[in-house]
Amino acid sequence: MTKQKDDIKIDYKYGFSMPEKSFYKAKKGLREDVVRMISKIKKEPEWMLAFRLRAYKIFLEKKMPKFGPSLAKIDFDNIYYYLKPTENQANAWEDLPKEIKDTYDKIGVPEAEKKFLAGVSAQYESEVVYESVNKELSKLGVIFCDMDTALRDHENLVKEYFGTLIPAHDNKFAALNSAVWSGGSFVYVPKGVKVKLPLQAYFRINAERFGQFERTLIIAEEGSEVHYVEGCTAPIYTTESLHAAVVEIFVKKGAQVRYTTVQNWSKNIFNLVTKRTHCEENGFMEWIDCNIGSGITMKYPSVYLYGEGARGEVLSIAYAGNDQIQDAGAKMMHFAPNTSSRIVSKSISKEGGRTSYRGLVQVAPGATNSSVFVSCDALILDEDSRSDTYPAMRIKENEVEVQHEATVEKLGDEKLFYLMSRGLSQADAESALVLGFMEPVTKEIPLEYSIELNRLIRLEMEGSVG
Amino acid sequence: MLFLKNLTISVEGKTIIKNLNFEFEKGKTYAIMGPNGSGKSTLAYSIMGHPAYKLSDKSSMKLNGQEISQMDPNERAQEGLFLSFQSPLALSGVKVYQLLQLAMNGKKDPLQIRKEAQKYAKELGISEELLNRPLNVGASGGERKKMEVLQAAVLEKDLLVFDEVDTGVDVDALKDISHFLTKHKKNKTYIAITHYNRILHYLKPDFVLVMKDGKIVKVGKADLAKTIESEGYEYIKK
Repeated sequence: MTKQKDDIKIDYKYGFSMPEKSFYKAKKGLREDVVRMISKIKKEPEWMLAFRLRAYKIFLEKKMPKFGPSLAKIDFDNIYYYLKPTENQANAWEDLPKEIKDTYDKIGVPEAEKKFLAGVSAQYESEVVYESVNKELSKLGVIFCDMDTALRDHENLVKEYFGTLIPAHDNKFAALNSAVWSGGSFVYVPKGVKVKLPLQAYFRINAERFGQFERTLIIAEEGSEVHYVEGCTAPIYTTESLHAAVVEIFVKKGAQVRYTTVQNWSKNIFNLVTKRTHCEENGFMEWIDCNIGSGITMKYPSVYLYGEGARGEVLSIAYAGNDQIQDAGAKMMHFAPNTSSRIVSKSISKEGGRTSYRGLVQVAPGATNSSVFVSCDALILDEDSRSDTYPAMRIKENEVEVQHEATVEKLGDEKLFYLMSRGLSQADAESALVLGFMEPVTKEIPLEYSIELNRLIRLEMEGSVG
Repeated sequence: MLFLKNLTISVEGKTIIKNLNFEFEKGKTYAIMGPNGSGKSTLAYSIMGHPAYKLSDKSSMKLNGQEISQMDPNERAQEGLFLSFQSPLALSGVKVYQLLQLAMNGKKDPLQIRKEAQKYAKELGISEELLNRPLNVGASGGERKKMEVLQAAVLEKDLLVFDEVDTGVDVDALKDISHFLTKHKKNKTYIAITHYNRILHYLKPDFVLVMKDGKIVKVGKADLAKTIESEGYEYIKK
């Protein structure tokens, strides 16, 4: 039996919401005219409208996923598919509407920026309203902007890559995103350019029954390097909300891309995200994926290793508390010799929460001398909670080194007693053990995010005592 | 200092300690010996407040005049108790510095903690590398026991219970540990549970207690340990 607990009482740090002050709001529900209208408002080129309309038809035909948690509660007719908060994008902090500034102040965007950010692209509702790109980046030829701007100012570049890695027919939610996408980030790093500081974007949903469908495209040219960070926070609402994003990344020969996510949506959000990387010769892609929030998350970042010597990594943390399901994992596809992949998954479930690791590793014939490493560890904090593992391996090549490890651990009474005998309170002892368990992944993410993550986990542990 | 009265302890419904009475005095060193299953470790865990060990209603444990038998382990620790575990667990991802910092709860500056830990590590022959690793991960038996003793010193506890600190420890490590404990003895009270006489050569107990069937059956001076070593626990029967 799951414990009944009123979620509203939990200290949800970002559980505030600002009065909506939107200039434009589409009607609820998805119809062809809504898709046309979105494209028209954005003054998009003809090909993008055609892309959206095709995707809309595919969305209607596609079935819901046959695996994972039930998504029956999503009511597609009860969602706003487009919302534009302000007329134009603000170029400076001062130009932002007050409510939006207040919201960001609470999350701490400007403060974070002051510290060491290379650039901030903050998304409020479905449109990017505030963005400042470091001048040095522009000098190097790096493009970091929201997706709508990219379509306007760098149309050819967008057209060449957009939707080629994750086509609309990939899955129902990729189709939905393709039809109604709005906002998201565009990153282009020219050949040989190494971006030293992480590029960060803050995402936020602020309208009830409002779906957010951002679209991110990253292109790292030959020998370049970039680290992109997205952090999500959202206010608490009582009705279901949907977040269906698509992220496409192109890692060219010898390039390196790291994509870090700290996802902390409130518990009424369905978080269904498709993330994929095309990785060429000697390229290196790292997904660092931390899922703490949302009601249901389904997310399996993937790397398609097309070039010889290409490497892919997914490091993930999933935390599921009361009424949460984290169905997360990774996909690694080896298509060339000497490719290697590494998946490290850590999940924690508590108070009836459910975590699942769902992974697929495929090694195609001819991908000789490739290596595969998969490690998934689950920590279960009480009897009400659950963790499952669904690892799939399709190895079609003999000359491959494969390692797979899986552990399930309960937060042992003996470890708790040991720490408490040293003088730690039960909450301190529990969070020390949980944070210790997550440490192999948290040490890989930027300091400010790992501090935040540790604080969130601590808050959760304090709530569990007594 | 620690006054045990009418102590009856059961675990999973089985009574292990039966109506035990004893008073440990401040600043003294005690050795507790006895055959396997006599209740030595049960006593140690119960003093620290392990939730699996249930005390009877009449049982009483007073530390410096204060009843501690209803306290949580962390509250007992605040009162100055420390238990050195027989088999210290490895804690993945938790470094000894973090642990000590959380345990001190702001009562000692983190830099001070680090300095002291490094100083004591040197005295105990613990490598810098081990100190920076998650606690006890990949550590030998001897290293683990040294880490226990190091924690006791940094946390400045004054009643220390050592549950077989000499088991699984080689001669050199045993010397390091014993010398360390002797050096930092000051006014502390030591209770060392042991099967062997060898550690008592260094620690020099004021009293030797022999436990059998959940009771203290004999209390003597240091020479009692020698007698037991040569004649075995059968000697107690006589």
